[in-house]
Amino acid sequence: MTQSASISSSGPRFPRAPLPPRAGAGLKSAHIDQILADSYRIGFLEIHAENYMGDGGPAHRALTAIRSEFPVSVHGVGLSIGSGSGINPAHLERLARVVERYEPAMVSEHLAWSSHDAGYFNDLLPVPYNSATLERVVSHLGRIQDRLKRPILLENPSTYVAFEQTTMSETDFIREIARKSGCGLLLDINNVFVSAVNHGFKPLQYLREFPLELVEEIHLAGHAADTDDEGDLLLIDAHDRPVADAVWKLYETVISQTGALPTLVEWDNDVPDWPVLRREAQLADAILDRLGPASLLGSRHAAE
Amino acid sequence: MPRNDPARDAPQADFAAALLDPDLPLPKGVVGPAGKSAQRRFAVYRNNVTVSLIDSLADIFPAVQRLVGPDFFRNMARVYLTEEPPASAVMFEYGSGFAAFLDRFEPVSKLPYLADVARLERAWLDVFHSTDVEPLSPEALGVIAPENLGDVRFTPHPAARIVRSRYAAVSIFSASREYRPLDRIRPLDPEDGLITRPDFEVQVRTLPPGAAQFFEALITGETLAGAATITVERHPGFDLPAAISAMLEAGVFSACSCSQAQTEQIT
Repeated sequence: MTQSASISSSGPRFPRAPLPPRAGAGLKSAHIDQILADSYRIGFLEIHAENYMGDGGPAHRALTAIRSEFPVSVHGVGLSIGSGSGINPAHLERLARVVERYEPAMVSEHLAWSSHDAGYFNDLLPVPYNSATLERVVSHLGRIQDRLKRPILLENPSTYVAFEQTTMSETDFIREIARKSGCGLLLDINNVFVSAVNHGFKPLQYLREFPLELVEEIHLAGHAADTDDEGDLLLIDAHDRPVADAVWKLYETVISQTGALPTLVEWDNDVPDWPVLRREAQLADAILDRLGPASLLGSRHAAE
Repeated sequence: MPRNDPARDAPQADFAAALLDPDLPLPKGVVGPAGKSAQRRFAVYRNNVTVSLIDSLADIFPAVQRLVGPDFFRNMARVYLTEEPPASAVMFEYGSGFAAFLDRFEPVSKLPYLADVARLERAWLDVFHSTDVEPLSPEALGVIAPENLGDVRFTPHPAARIVRSRYAAVSIFSASREYRPLDRIRPLDPEDGLITRPDFEVQVRTLPPGAAQFFEALITGETLAGAATITVERHPGFDLPAAISAMLEAGVFSACSCSQAQTEQIT
């Protein structure tokens, strides 16, 4: 039988490893050897689920080595939760397989869509905030969480356009989704800043309206600058450089309120050498150490 | 699937179509904040989609990119991605139709080997991500009684691909991937390539005459004797022992069985 020659599809089993309230990094294959050899032990590593949807090979071997030593979170980029053509059942099955294989501490996805009948666009596209989209997203989340047998975290988007069909604020929309679906939230503070600049609102106001008590993970990343048709600043969620000072400031504000939370530094384009990404993670660690214990919600979190 | 309400889906259909066609107007309902224009704003999505898909193709087909140059490659990839956007969100599976596209893309007709180089690159990545399976060990053949060897059939290894070319596609692929000059390669010499991953490293070999046909016959379920007979008819000088050693070393098969005894390899 061919099956007898194959490595068991369930693979090795791992120890339970919740995400610590520390800094983590987006896992890049070029960094894996250095991460494993580094005396600095990063708090956790986050993978893009789609990169591990193959059956086997070197990518899985490397991730198995990482998962044996570090907590891992799985971040999907392709489920297309906001899609009007529904959740692709084959893709959900492939995500479930990655989750079963690596037993991650967290699973997260985006408030966005990326697939339509024409195909997959490899970008996170915006949805109008209204009751029809709300119902669709909640129904998709229910289906995903049923299949994965666990709640997932939903990430707030960065956007460049608005919709005439929008009738709710983004923060109300996200709070309502979480309430109806039971999902947790992933707060991407760079996305908040990018959207705030692009749509002309105050990021601190957004954070005041955001249900911070539901946030279980934070994302930080760098952004690029462009201009809109009127010549005004338009920020691009580029993930290609260090986290901006303004985003670090917002992060300090959030951590002061929530207490220490698992915090991922994302760097997906023009990926630097590991020490550069590690430095970003250490900056986040320093803020978590300084502000986490004194936070408003910190004692509540610590008591859990 | 909520496909029963096409009206609800319409704005996304507009949005999707306009992403890939810059001549289409802005999708219905898409606006800038506070009465601002959305042209350049929507162009960010167009650019994200196009650049990320071109970058994905460049990652999957680095040898093709080197052979035509990065600027030409990006323009060509832009044409391809509008014809054939990815079918799934697993980007390492993208580009299964890229070789066929190159076959009919007139501007590269002077590089007739290019499509086969793309086939090798696509096969390379399929093999890279395929299931981990132990290749057939030479001992498994050794335990079969000599008089039964001719009846042996083989199970193909999931990480094994054969790409046959009327051109020197394997030499061109290897030189391009290794940044070696192409000037010693005679492009019109036909070559058959074998791509395998017996452990965690993808291997690419140029096969001697007949070996590709021999392996293909075994892969489709022919017996060892049957495959050898078919091959020798076409390639009288076919070196059977060398081909068997090569397939064991490369890991073309994962198991073998004798039709009488059903002897299976146990690992």
